[in-house]
Amino acid sequence: MELVNLFVRSIFIENMIFAYFLGMCSYLAVSKTVKTAVGLGAAVIFVLTITVPINYLLDNYLLRPGALQWLGAEYADVDLSFLSFIMFIAVIASMVQLVEMIVEKFAPALYGALGIFLPLIAVNCAILGGSLFMQQKDFGAITEAVTYGFGSGIGWFLAILGIAAIREKIAYSNVPAPLKGLGITFIITGLMALGFMSFMGIKL
Amino acid sequence: MATEKKNISEAKEAKKKDMILFLSSSEEKEHFLSKGNRKLLSDPLDDNNPITVQVLGICSALAITVQLEPAVVMSIAVVFVMAFSNIIVSMLRNLIPSRIRIIVQLVVVASLVVLVDQVLKAYAYDVSKQLSVFIGLIITNCIVMGRLEAFALGNGVYKSFLDGVGNAAGYGLILIIVAFFRELLGSGKLFGYEVLGHKAATLADSTGLYALGYENNGLMLLSPMALIVVGLLIWVQRARNRKLIEEN
Repeated sequence: MELVNLFVRSIFIENMIFAYFLGMCSYLAVSKTVKTAVGLGAAVIFVLTITVPINYLLDNYLLRPGALQWLGAEYADVDLSFLSFIMFIAVIASMVQLVEMIVEKFAPALYGALGIFLPLIAVNCAILGGSLFMQQKDFGAITEAVTYGFGSGIGWFLAILGIAAIREKIAYSNVPAPLKGLGITFIITGLMALGFMSFMGIKL
Repeated sequence: MATEKKNISEAKEAKKKDMILFLSSSEEKEHFLSKGNRKLLSDPLDDNNPITVQVLGICSALAITVQLEPAVVMSIAVVFVMAFSNIIVSMLRNLIPSRIRIIVQLVVVASLVVLVDQVLKAYAYDVSKQLSVFIGLIITNCIVMGRLEAFALGNGVYKSFLDGVGNAAGYGLILIIVAFFRELLGSGKLFGYEVLGHKAATLADSTGLYALGYENNGLMLLSPMALIVVGLLIWVQRARNRKLIEEN
Protein backbone atom coordinates (compact mmCIF):
# COMPACT_ATOMS: atom_id res chain seq x y z
CA MET A 1 0.00 0.00 0.00
CA GLU A 2 2.86 2.30 0.86
CA LEU A 3 4.33 1.55 -2.56
CA VAL A 4 1.08 2.30 -4.40
CA ASN A 5 0.85 5.57 -2.54
CA LEU A 6 4.42 6.46 -3.54
CA PHE A 7 3.71 5.46 -7.13
CA VAL A 8 0.63 7.66 -7.44
CA ARG A 9 2.35 10.53 -5.69
CA SER A 10 5.34 10.41 -8.02
CA ILE A 11 3.12 10.36 -11.12
CA PHE A 12 0.58 13.04 -10.31
CA ILE A 13 1.42 15.09 -7.26
CA GLU A 14 5.19 15.33 -7.54
CA ASN A 15 5.13 15.29 -11.32
CA MET A 16 8.62 15.99 -12.64
CA ILE A 17 7.40 18.57 -15.14
CA PHE A 18 4.41 20.21 -13.54
CA ALA A 19 5.68 20.39 -9.99
CA TYR A 20 9.45 20.69 -10.39
CA PHE A 21 9.95 21.74 -14.03
CA LEU A 22 12.57 19.05 -14.52
CA GLY A 23 13.40 17.97 -18.04
CA MET A 24 11.78 21.05 -19.54
CA CYS A 25 14.36 21.49 -22.29
CA SER A 26 13.68 18.24 -24.09
CA TYR A 27 10.02 18.50 -23.13
CA LEU A 28 9.73 21.74 -25.10
CA ALA A 29 11.99 20.69 -27.95
CA VAL A 30 10.66 17.20 -28.73
CA SER A 31 6.95 17.80 -28.17
CA LYS A 32 6.10 18.96 -31.72
CA THR A 33 4.65 15.56 -32.73
CA VAL A 34 3.13 12.79 -30.65
CA LYS A 35 5.30 10.11 -32.26
CA THR A 36 8.68 11.45 -31.17
CA ALA A 37 7.22 12.44 -27.82
CA VAL A 38 6.20 8.82 -27.16
CA GLY A 39 9.70 7.59 -28.07
CA LEU A 40 11.48 10.04 -25.82
CA GLY A 41 9.00 9.46 -23.01
CA ALA A 42 9.59 5.71 -23.16
CA ALA A 43 13.36 6.26 -23.11
CA VAL A 44 13.01 8.48 -20.04
CA ILE A 45 10.87 5.89 -18.20
CA PHE A 46 13.47 3.23 -18.96
CA VAL A 47 16.50 5.28 -17.91
CA LEU A 48 14.83 6.55 -14.73
CA THR A 49 13.74 3.05 -13.68
CA ILE A 50 17.31 1.83 -14.02
CA THR A 51 19.32 4.76 -12.70
CA VAL A 52 17.33 5.57 -9.56
CA PRO A 53 17.81 2.09 -7.98
CA ILE A 54 21.48 1.93 -9.04
CA ASN A 55 22.10 5.32 -7.51
CA TYR A 56 20.16 4.23 -4.44
CA LEU A 57 22.57 1.32 -3.95
CA LEU A 58 25.55 3.60 -4.57
CA ASP A 59 24.24 6.10 -2.07
CA ASN A 60 23.52 3.51 0.61
CA TYR A 61 26.67 1.40 0.29
CA LEU A 62 29.26 3.98 -0.74
CA LEU A 63 28.39 7.61 -0.35
CA ARG A 64 26.33 8.51 2.68
CA PRO A 65 27.95 9.05 6.08
CA GLY A 66 28.65 5.66 7.61
CA ALA A 67 27.76 3.80 4.42
CA LEU A 68 31.15 2.12 4.22
CA GLN A 69 30.56 0.25 7.47
CA TRP A 70 30.36 -3.08 5.59
CA LEU A 71 34.08 -2.72 4.85
CA GLY A 72 34.98 -2.76 8.53
CA ALA A 73 34.51 -0.73 11.65
CA GLU A 74 37.31 1.72 10.87
CA TYR A 75 35.39 3.01 7.82
CA ALA A 76 32.28 3.79 9.86
CA ASP A 77 32.79 7.56 9.93
CA VAL A 78 33.82 8.07 6.31
CA ASP A 79 31.54 10.55 4.58
CA LEU A 80 31.77 10.57 0.80
CA SER A 81 28.47 12.34 0.17
CA PHE A 82 30.23 15.29 -1.49
CA LEU A 83 31.01 12.90 -4.35
CA SER A 84 27.37 12.08 -5.00
CA PHE A 85 26.87 14.53 -7.89
CA ILE A 86 29.80 13.11 -9.80
CA MET A 87 28.94 9.48 -9.10
CA PHE A 88 25.28 9.93 -10.03
CA ILE A 89 26.04 11.71 -13.27
CA ALA A 90 28.62 9.09 -14.24
CA VAL A 91 26.07 6.29 -13.74
CA ILE A 92 23.48 8.22 -15.72
CA ALA A 93 25.86 9.02 -18.58
CA SER A 94 26.89 5.38 -18.97
CA MET A 95 23.29 4.12 -18.74
CA VAL A 96 22.27 6.56 -21.45
CA GLN A 97 25.09 5.35 -23.65
CA LEU A 98 23.76 1.81 -23.18
CA VAL A 99 20.19 2.78 -24.03
CA GLU A 100 21.44 4.62 -27.09
CA MET A 101 23.22 1.51 -28.35
CA ILE A 102 20.17 -0.70 -27.71
CA VAL A 103 17.80 1.67 -29.49
CA GLU A 104 20.19 2.03 -32.42
CA LYS A 105 20.36 -1.74 -32.79
CA PHE A 106 16.71 -2.69 -32.34
CA ALA A 107 14.75 0.40 -33.41
CA PRO A 108 16.74 2.32 -36.02
CA ALA A 109 13.68 4.31 -37.11
CA LEU A 110 13.13 5.56 -33.57
CA TYR A 111 16.85 6.26 -33.31
CA GLY A 112 16.67 8.45 -36.40
CA ALA A 113 13.60 10.26 -35.10
CA LEU A 114 15.03 10.97 -31.67
CA GLY A 115 18.30 12.19 -33.17
CA ILE A 116 20.28 14.42 -30.86
CA PHE A 117 17.81 14.06 -28.00
CA LEU A 118 18.78 10.55 -27.03
CA PRO A 119 22.29 11.48 -25.89
CA LEU A 120 20.77 14.59 -24.36
CA ILE A 121 18.80 12.40 -21.94
CA ALA A 122 22.11 12.30 -20.09
CA VAL A 123 21.66 15.97 -19.40
CA ASN A 124 17.91 15.71 -18.93
CA CYS A 125 17.35 17.27 -15.54
CA ALA A 126 14.54 14.83 -14.81
CA ILE A 127 16.97 11.91 -14.67
CA LEU A 128 19.49 13.49 -12.31
CA GLY A 129 16.61 15.12 -10.45
CA GLY A 130 15.08 11.69 -9.83
CA SER A 131 18.32 10.49 -8.24
CA LEU A 132 18.76 13.64 -6.15
CA PHE A 133 15.17 13.54 -4.88
CA MET A 134 15.69 9.87 -4.10
CA GLN A 135 18.68 10.84 -1.96
CA GLN A 136 16.69 13.58 -0.26
CA LYS A 137 13.68 11.35 0.45
CA ASP A 138 15.76 8.78 2.31
CA PHE A 139 13.98 5.66 1.07
CA GLY A 140 14.00 2.63 3.34
CA ALA A 141 14.21 -0.11 0.71
CA ILE A 142 15.25 -0.54 -2.88
CA THR A 143 11.68 -1.40 -3.93
CA GLU A 144 10.71 2.15 -3.00
CA ALA A 145 13.50 3.51 -5.18
CA VAL A 146 12.36 1.39 -8.15
CA THR A 147 8.76 2.50 -7.65
CA TYR A 148 9.77 6.14 -7.40
CA GLY A 149 11.92 6.00 -10.53
CA PHE A 150 9.25 4.22 -12.55
CA GLY A 151 6.49 6.51 -11.33
CA SER A 152 8.44 9.68 -12.09
CA GLY A 153 9.17 8.34 -15.57
CA ILE A 154 5.47 7.69 -16.19
CA GLY A 155 4.62 11.16 -14.96
CA TRP A 156 7.11 12.70 -17.38
CA PHE A 157 5.77 10.50 -20.19
CA LEU A 158 2.17 11.60 -19.55
CA ALA A 159 3.19 15.24 -19.50
CA ILE A 160 5.08 15.17 -22.79
CA LEU A 161 2.31 13.10 -24.42
CA GLY A 162 -0.28 15.65 -23.35
CA ILE A 163 1.61 18.70 -24.58
CA ALA A 164 2.52 17.01 -27.88
CA ALA A 165 -1.14 16.23 -28.57
CA ILE A 166 -2.13 19.81 -27.75
CA ARG A 167 0.63 21.26 -29.92
CA GLU A 168 -0.43 19.13 -32.90
CA LYS A 169 -3.92 20.60 -32.60
CA ILE A 170 -2.88 24.15 -31.86
CA ALA A 171 -0.96 24.35 -35.13
CA TYR A 172 -4.34 25.01 -36.76
CA SER A 173 -5.35 27.75 -34.35
CA ASN A 174 -4.98 31.47 -34.74
CA VAL A 175 -2.39 32.29 -32.08
CA PRO A 176 -1.04 35.88 -31.86
CA ALA A 177 2.18 35.94 -33.90
CA PRO A 178 4.63 36.76 -31.07
CA LEU A 179 3.18 33.94 -28.96
CA LYS A 180 3.50 31.30 -31.66
CA GLY A 181 5.65 28.30 -30.85
CA LEU A 182 7.47 28.71 -27.57
CA GLY A 183 5.29 31.33 -25.89
CA ILE A 184 1.98 29.54 -26.20
CA THR A 185 3.62 26.25 -25.21
CA PHE A 186 4.81 27.82 -21.97
CA ILE A 187 1.39 29.20 -21.18
CA ILE A 188 -0.36 25.89 -21.98
CA THR A 189 2.12 24.03 -19.80
CA GLY A 190 1.37 26.48 -17.00
CA LEU A 191 -2.36 25.84 -17.35
CA MET A 192 -1.78 22.08 -17.42
CA ALA A 193 0.31 22.40 -14.28
CA LEU A 194 -2.54 24.30 -12.60
CA GLY A 195 -4.77 21.38 -13.53
CA PHE A 196 -2.32 18.89 -12.07
CA MET A 197 -2.33 20.85 -8.81
CA SER A 198 -5.84 19.57 -8.20
CA PHE A 199 -4.28 16.19 -7.42
CA MET A 200 -2.55 17.74 -4.45
CA GLY A 201 -3.40 16.21 -1.11
CA ILE A 202 -4.68 12.94 -2.54
CA LYS A 203 -3.60 10.08 -0.32
CA LEU A 204 -4.17 6.41 -0.98
CA MET B 1 71.23 50.62 -19.23
CA ALA B 2 68.59 52.20 -21.42
CA THR B 3 68.84 49.46 -24.02
CA GLU B 4 68.55 46.87 -21.31
CA LYS B 5 65.36 48.44 -20.08
CA LYS B 6 64.09 48.54 -23.61
CA ASN B 7 64.89 44.86 -24.03
CA ILE B 8 62.98 44.00 -20.92
CA SER B 9 59.98 45.96 -21.98
CA GLU B 10 60.17 44.38 -25.41
CA ALA B 11 60.30 40.95 -23.86
CA LYS B 12 57.31 41.86 -21.73
CA GLU B 13 55.49 43.07 -24.80
CA ALA B 14 56.23 39.83 -26.63
CA LYS B 15 55.06 37.81 -23.68
CA LYS B 16 51.84 39.79 -23.56
CA LYS B 17 51.31 39.13 -27.25
CA ASP B 18 51.84 35.41 -26.69
CA MET B 19 49.35 35.57 -23.87
CA ILE B 20 46.76 37.26 -26.06
CA LEU B 21 47.36 34.71 -28.80
CA PHE B 22 47.02 31.91 -26.30
CA LEU B 23 43.86 33.36 -24.90
CA SER B 24 42.05 34.24 -28.09
CA SER B 25 44.00 31.86 -30.31
CA SER B 26 42.55 33.47 -33.39
CA GLU B 27 44.77 34.35 -36.32
CA GLU B 28 44.47 38.10 -36.15
CA LYS B 29 45.06 39.89 -32.91
CA GLU B 30 41.87 41.26 -31.49
CA HIS B 31 41.27 43.89 -28.89
CA PHE B 32 39.94 42.48 -25.63
CA LEU B 33 36.64 44.27 -25.96
CA SER B 34 36.38 44.48 -29.73
CA LYS B 35 32.98 44.64 -31.39
CA GLY B 36 32.83 40.88 -31.89
CA ASN B 37 33.69 40.17 -28.28
CA ARG B 38 31.16 42.69 -27.03
CA LYS B 39 28.56 40.98 -29.16
CA LEU B 40 29.37 37.68 -27.46
CA LEU B 41 28.47 39.32 -24.17
CA SER B 42 25.41 41.29 -25.23
CA ASP B 43 23.73 38.96 -27.70
CA PRO B 44 22.53 36.43 -25.13
CA LEU B 45 20.81 39.20 -23.18
CA ASP B 46 18.20 39.74 -25.88
CA ASP B 47 18.49 38.47 -29.46
CA ASN B 48 19.89 35.12 -28.50
CA ASN B 49 18.65 34.73 -24.95
CA PRO B 50 19.28 31.20 -23.67
CA ILE B 51 15.87 30.84 -22.08
CA THR B 52 13.45 32.66 -24.36
CA VAL B 53 15.17 32.01 -27.70
CA GLN B 54 17.51 29.03 -27.44
CA VAL B 55 15.15 27.21 -25.03
CA LEU B 56 18.00 26.04 -22.82
CA GLY B 57 18.17 25.76 -19.06
CA ILE B 58 14.50 26.12 -18.30
CA CYS B 59 14.58 23.22 -15.89
CA SER B 60 16.10 25.01 -12.95
CA ALA B 61 15.07 28.48 -14.04
CA LEU B 62 11.46 28.17 -13.04
CA ALA B 63 11.42 26.34 -9.75
CA ILE B 64 13.49 28.86 -7.82
CA THR B 65 11.85 32.10 -8.86
CA VAL B 66 9.36 32.46 -6.01
CA GLN B 67 11.70 34.92 -4.31
CA LEU B 68 14.45 37.20 -5.53
CA GLU B 69 17.19 36.03 -3.19
CA PRO B 70 17.53 32.42 -4.33
CA ALA B 71 17.17 33.59 -7.93
CA VAL B 72 20.12 35.96 -7.52
CA VAL B 73 22.23 33.32 -5.77
CA MET B 74 21.39 30.82 -8.49
CA SER B 75 22.36 33.31 -11.21
CA ILE B 76 25.71 33.96 -9.57
CA ALA B 77 26.34 30.22 -9.24
CA VAL B 78 25.52 29.68 -12.90
CA VAL B 79 27.78 32.58 -13.99
CA PHE B 80 30.63 31.01 -12.05
CA VAL B 81 30.05 27.48 -13.34
CA MET B 82 29.57 28.54 -16.94
CA ALA B 83 32.55 30.87 -17.06
CA PHE B 84 34.96 28.30 -15.65
CA SER B 85 33.58 25.24 -17.42
CA ASN B 86 33.79 27.11 -20.72
CA ILE B 87 37.39 28.08 -19.94
CA ILE B 88 38.42 24.56 -18.94
CA VAL B 89 36.70 22.78 -21.81
CA SER B 90 38.02 25.32 -24.27
CA MET B 91 41.55 24.71 -23.00
CA LEU B 92 41.07 20.95 -23.35
CA ARG B 93 39.19 21.12 -26.63
CA ASN B 94 42.01 19.72 -28.75
CA LEU B 95 42.72 16.89 -26.32
CA ILE B 96 39.22 15.49 -25.79
CA PRO B 97 38.34 12.53 -28.04
CA SER B 98 34.95 13.36 -29.49
CA ARG B 99 33.34 10.03 -28.55
CA ILE B 100 33.70 10.59 -24.83
CA ARG B 101 33.38 14.36 -24.82
CA ILE B 102 29.99 14.36 -23.07
CA ILE B 103 31.36 12.45 -20.11
CA VAL B 104 34.44 14.71 -19.92
CA GLN B 105 32.23 17.79 -20.01
CA LEU B 106 29.94 16.37 -17.35
CA VAL B 107 32.88 15.65 -15.07
CA VAL B 108 34.27 19.18 -15.48
CA VAL B 109 30.88 20.74 -14.80
CA ALA B 110 30.13 18.39 -11.92
CA SER B 111 33.39 19.23 -10.16
CA LEU B 112 32.66 22.95 -10.43
CA VAL B 113 29.13 22.43 -9.13
CA VAL B 114 30.45 20.46 -6.17
CA LEU B 115 32.64 23.48 -5.38
CA VAL B 116 29.68 25.86 -5.55
CA ASP B 117 27.56 23.53 -3.44
CA GLN B 118 30.17 23.24 -0.71
CA VAL B 119 30.75 27.02 -0.65
CA LEU B 120 27.02 27.69 -0.39
CA LYS B 121 26.62 25.14 2.39
CA ALA B 122 29.43 26.83 4.30
CA TYR B 123 28.54 30.50 3.83
CA ALA B 124 24.84 30.68 2.87
CA TYR B 125 23.22 27.67 4.48
CA ASP B 126 19.64 28.99 4.40
CA VAL B 127 19.75 29.76 0.69
CA SER B 128 21.43 26.42 0.05
CA LYS B 129 18.55 24.68 1.85
CA GLN B 130 16.05 26.66 -0.19
CA LEU B 131 17.70 25.76 -3.48
CA SER B 132 17.90 22.10 -2.38
CA VAL B 133 18.51 19.87 -5.37
CA PHE B 134 18.58 22.68 -7.87
CA ILE B 135 22.22 23.51 -7.27
CA GLY B 136 23.06 19.92 -8.17
CA LEU B 137 20.89 20.27 -11.22
CA ILE B 138 23.18 22.97 -12.65
CA ILE B 139 25.20 19.96 -13.82
CA THR B 140 22.43 18.97 -16.16
CA ASN B 141 21.42 22.53 -16.90
CA CYS B 142 21.15 22.43 -20.65
CA ILE B 143 22.66 25.93 -20.94
CA VAL B 144 25.99 24.75 -19.61
CA MET B 145 26.16 21.65 -21.81
CA GLY B 146 24.63 23.44 -24.77
CA ARG B 147 27.19 26.24 -24.74
CA LEU B 148 30.05 23.82 -24.16
CA GLU B 149 28.97 21.80 -27.19
CA ALA B 150 28.08 24.75 -29.37
CA PHE B 151 30.82 27.19 -28.48
CA ALA B 152 33.61 26.18 -26.14
CA LEU B 153 34.57 23.10 -28.16
CA GLY B 154 35.31 25.25 -31.21
CA ASN B 155 36.59 28.55 -29.89
CA GLY B 156 39.47 30.08 -27.97
CA VAL B 157 39.64 30.45 -24.23
CA TYR B 158 38.90 34.17 -23.92
CA LYS B 159 35.97 34.05 -26.35
CA SER B 160 34.54 31.02 -24.56
CA PHE B 161 34.84 32.86 -21.27
CA LEU B 162 32.89 35.80 -22.67
CA ASP B 163 30.29 33.47 -24.18
CA GLY B 164 29.86 31.70 -20.85
CA VAL B 165 29.46 34.92 -18.90
CA GLY B 166 27.11 36.38 -21.51
CA ASN B 167 24.83 33.37 -21.62
CA ALA B 168 24.78 32.97 -17.87
CA ALA B 169 23.91 36.67 -17.59
CA GLY B 170 21.07 36.24 -20.08
CA TYR B 171 19.82 33.32 -18.01
CA GLY B 172 20.14 35.30 -14.79
CA LEU B 173 18.33 38.27 -16.32
CA ILE B 174 15.22 36.20 -17.07
CA LEU B 175 15.44 34.53 -13.67
CA ILE B 176 15.57 37.87 -11.88
CA ILE B 177 12.75 39.43 -13.92
CA VAL B 178 10.47 36.47 -13.24
CA ALA B 179 11.41 36.36 -9.56
CA PHE B 180 10.84 40.13 -9.27
CA PHE B 181 7.24 39.87 -10.49
CA ARG B 182 6.48 36.71 -8.57
CA GLU B 183 7.78 38.00 -5.26
CA LEU B 184 6.29 41.49 -5.70
CA LEU B 185 2.81 40.35 -6.74
CA GLY B 186 2.78 37.12 -4.77
CA SER B 187 3.93 38.27 -1.36
CA GLY B 188 4.35 42.05 -1.71
CA LYS B 189 8.03 41.85 -0.87
CA LEU B 190 11.38 42.31 -2.59
CA PHE B 191 14.39 40.49 -1.14
CA GLY B 192 12.16 39.85 1.89
CA TYR B 193 11.42 43.58 2.53
CA GLU B 194 7.79 44.65 2.53
CA VAL B 195 7.88 47.25 -0.24
CA LEU B 196 4.12 47.54 -0.62
CA GLY B 197 3.50 48.26 3.03
CA HIS B 198 2.65 46.05 5.95
CA LYS B 199 -0.39 43.80 5.96
CA ALA B 200 -1.98 43.45 9.37
CA ALA B 201 -4.99 41.47 10.51
CA THR B 202 -7.37 44.41 10.13
CA LEU B 203 -7.54 47.03 7.40
CA ALA B 204 -7.06 49.87 9.88
CA ASP B 205 -3.72 48.55 11.13
CA SER B 206 -2.31 47.95 7.66
CA THR B 207 -0.04 50.45 5.98
CA GLY B 208 0.80 51.32 2.39
CA LEU B 209 -1.22 49.71 -0.37
CA TYR B 210 -2.77 47.23 2.02
CA ALA B 211 -4.56 50.09 3.80
CA LEU B 212 -6.46 50.65 0.53
CA GLY B 213 -7.66 47.06 0.54
CA TYR B 214 -4.97 45.58 -1.73
CA GLU B 215 -4.53 41.81 -1.53
CA ASN B 216 -1.56 39.69 -2.51
CA ASN B 217 -2.08 37.38 -5.44
CA GLY B 218 -1.42 34.00 -3.88
CA LEU B 219 -1.52 32.34 -7.28
CA MET B 220 1.84 33.90 -8.13
CA LEU B 221 3.48 31.77 -5.44
CA LEU B 222 2.38 28.54 -7.10
CA SER B 223 4.80 26.94 -9.51
CA PRO B 224 2.57 27.00 -12.64
CA MET B 225 2.65 30.80 -12.61
CA ALA B 226 6.38 30.73 -13.33
CA LEU B 227 5.62 29.11 -16.68
CA ILE B 228 2.90 31.61 -17.47
CA VAL B 229 5.10 34.59 -16.50
CA VAL B 230 7.87 33.31 -18.79
CA GLY B 231 5.29 32.79 -21.54
CA LEU B 232 4.15 36.39 -21.19
CA LEU B 233 7.77 37.56 -21.11
CA ILE B 234 8.37 35.77 -24.41
CA TRP B 235 5.28 37.47 -25.81
CA VAL B 236 6.58 40.91 -24.80
CA GLN B 237 10.07 40.21 -26.13
CA ARG B 238 8.87 38.92 -29.49
CA ALA B 239 6.33 41.67 -29.94
CA ARG B 240 9.22 44.11 -29.54
CA ASN B 241 11.76 42.11 -31.52
CA ARG B 242 9.73 40.77 -34.41
CA LYS B 243 12.52 38.86 -36.13
CA LEU B 244 12.32 36.26 -33.35
CA ILE B 245 8.74 35.26 -34.24
CA GLU B 246 8.42 31.57 -35.09
CA GLU B 247 6.64 30.26 -38.17
CA ASN B 248 4.54 27.77 -36.33
